[in-house]
Amino acid sequence: MWDYSEKVKEHFTHPHNVGEVAHPDAVGEVGSLVCGDALRLSLKVDPKTDKITEAKFQTFGCGSAIASSSILTDMILGKTLAEAARITNRDIAEALGGLPREKMHCSVMGMEALEAAIANYRGEQAPAAHDEEGGEIVCKCFGVTDKKIERAVRENDLTTIEEVTNYTKAGGACASCHWKIEEIIRRVRSEMKPPQAQTECKPLTNLQRMQLVQATLDREIRPELRKDGGDLELVDVEGRTVKVRLLGMCAGCQVAGFTLRDFVGQKLREFVEPDITVEEMK
Amino acid sequence: MDQVIYLDNNATTAVAPEVLEVMLPYYQKSYGNPSSMHTFGGSLAHDIARAREQVASLFAAQTSEIVFTSCGTESDNAALRGVLEAYPEKRHLITTRVEHPAVLNLAKHLEQHGYQVTYLPVDMQGRLDLDHLRAAIRPDTAVVSIMYANNETGTVFPVTQIGQIVKERGSVFHCDAVQAAGKLSLDTRSIPADLISISGHKLHAPKGVGALYIRRGTRFVPFIIGGHQEHGRRGGTENVAGIVGLGRACELARTSREQEGSRQAALRDRLEARVLERISEVQVNGDRDHRLPNTTNISFSYIEGEAILLKLNERNICASSGSACTSGSLEPSHVLRAMGVPFTAIHGSVRFSFSRYNTEAEVDFVLQELPGIIAELRNMSPFWARRAREEKSTCPDPLP
Repeated sequence: MWDYSEKVKEHFTHPHNVGEVAHPDAVGEVGSLVCGDALRLSLKVDPKTDKITEAKFQTFGCGSAIASSSILTDMILGKTLAEAARITNRDIAEALGGLPREKMHCSVMGMEALEAAIANYRGEQAPAAHDEEGGEIVCKCFGVTDKKIERAVRENDLTTIEEVTNYTKAGGACASCHWKIEEIIRRVRSEMKPPQAQTECKPLTNLQRMQLVQATLDREIRPELRKDGGDLELVDVEGRTVKVRLLGMCAGCQVAGFTLRDFVGQKLREFVEPDITVEEMK
Repeated sequence: MDQVIYLDNNATTAVAPEVLEVMLPYYQKSYGNPSSMHTFGGSLAHDIARAREQVASLFAAQTSEIVFTSCGTESDNAALRGVLEAYPEKRHLITTRVEHPAVLNLAKHLEQHGYQVTYLPVDMQGRLDLDHLRAAIRPDTAVVSIMYANNETGTVFPVTQIGQIVKERGSVFHCDAVQAAGKLSLDTRSIPADLISISGHKLHAPKGVGALYIRRGTRFVPFIIGGHQEHGRRGGTENVAGIVGLGRACELARTSREQEGSRQAALRDRLEARVLERISEVQVNGDRDHRLPNTTNISFSYIEGEAILLKLNERNICASSGSACTSGSLEPSHVLRAMGVPFTAIHGSVRFSFSRYNTEAEVDFVLQELPGIIAELRNMSPFWARRAREEKSTCPDPLP
């Protein structure tokens, strides 16, 4: 049984704006019967103000697909096309009070249908469709391209194959493309890294190193530790040795040594300097 | 209706009051260990012996041929691994593409450990071609594992014939009868199976108990190794309450099976016939001539199964679906895919499965609610709308 939020249940039970706009100005269609979900979004747009005056949906899919479609129509009504175009799948999921991880692809379908409708209005090719022509099919079971996977990884900060499957369905059936997905994740994430880490040629001054260590701790490391109720603080940086104190659940954790060496150390080596070592201060 | 209408009995069943009643003393009053030397514990061995007789009766078997386990999955694992270990030189096994994951995923696991597996296909009705089976058995086939009845569609395999073919060719036949137990005859005088798995909670005993029938003379190495319990064939302190409950449930099943079967088949047929009559573009999946009396699997085209289940759930009706969204993975039912049911129909498949506690009033309530649910979801579906448009455009307006 899925753990759906109250908002998802509400929009599934009483969906808003079901149907098709008469004489639509824009139509966006994504998905297929084979894939197991599909969404057709039709819009009426005021040519003077560029505002969406009417939005309706037809959805083939599960509870969260229907709820995502319903809330999407609420979100875009009254917005200009430019404003609507900024809506991401995260916005849709957040408006629903969150979606189960395995159902995030429903919010992605909403975003793609909206993009397709806007492109249709502007007489362009839908970005998703365009990507599919330019991209290479990675997941043959669900027909997902490398372009779509790259985008999901970049926009939602995904790190694992499982997450990619939750957002795009890619890799969700026969699993034979998992190695390709892993390659894409690695490639995209290396491109996402802040430029200073890789392009630094001159050796860092001590002050620069401290600042970079502190920034990396705050951005890359502490949020992850906090997810498990832990934390750490920077005590000192001596040469290439970073001294930290573990806090919360991390203090006294049986795998603290692993956390320091393999997670904290690895992140610091990745983002600061390749020969950093970490020491725990008790 | 305030009460839950439970039409998901192939998933699990309610513990029968008669079963619960005989179980309760073993939790607080008679909580001893049957292996103990003192009477307080040791006397419970008699209660287990009685339960073993009741289970053996269901199979028309000897009590020494019954081993208690913790569930159907354990019975399946014990059967297959127990036989494979007894025949280390044989590295091939045969099963079907529509088995329960307890067998199917075990077979896939064994493939990664040096075994060869033949997965027999099924036809559109979910039937096996016995010639495929004949051709697949090799001298090094250690075991053939084929289910008695399919959990998703209810399709029943001809296990008597299958057993004869397997025995003629000198291999071992394991039959997963988890879904058939209590619904079909498990008489081992006519079914030539060497091992048969059953699970308590599918026939009104509790979860956490199962049994494995091992025909006398079958070579078998224990799967769970520990104490001397179950004559050394399954270690671990006995789940006395569960075992006693399973015994009582088997007795209930044995005495009421035929009568209940025809009563549930009548309810099932009523539901099926009226759904087909009142709702367009539906299909029944499975072999309607050889099917469990309590099961129907119906596909509603152009809509998705999870959405149907949620709508039924709002009305306190419990069923299940083979759609991808209900599976926990993104893969729709392996059973319906093996049968070649089109994806459009798999996604909209719903299984209703009955038990001794279902009534005609419940069926009529479902029949009252279901057409509205299907219409509501179809009105939301882009494919239903497109189908309607296409139908209109291909039918020219009648002449004035």
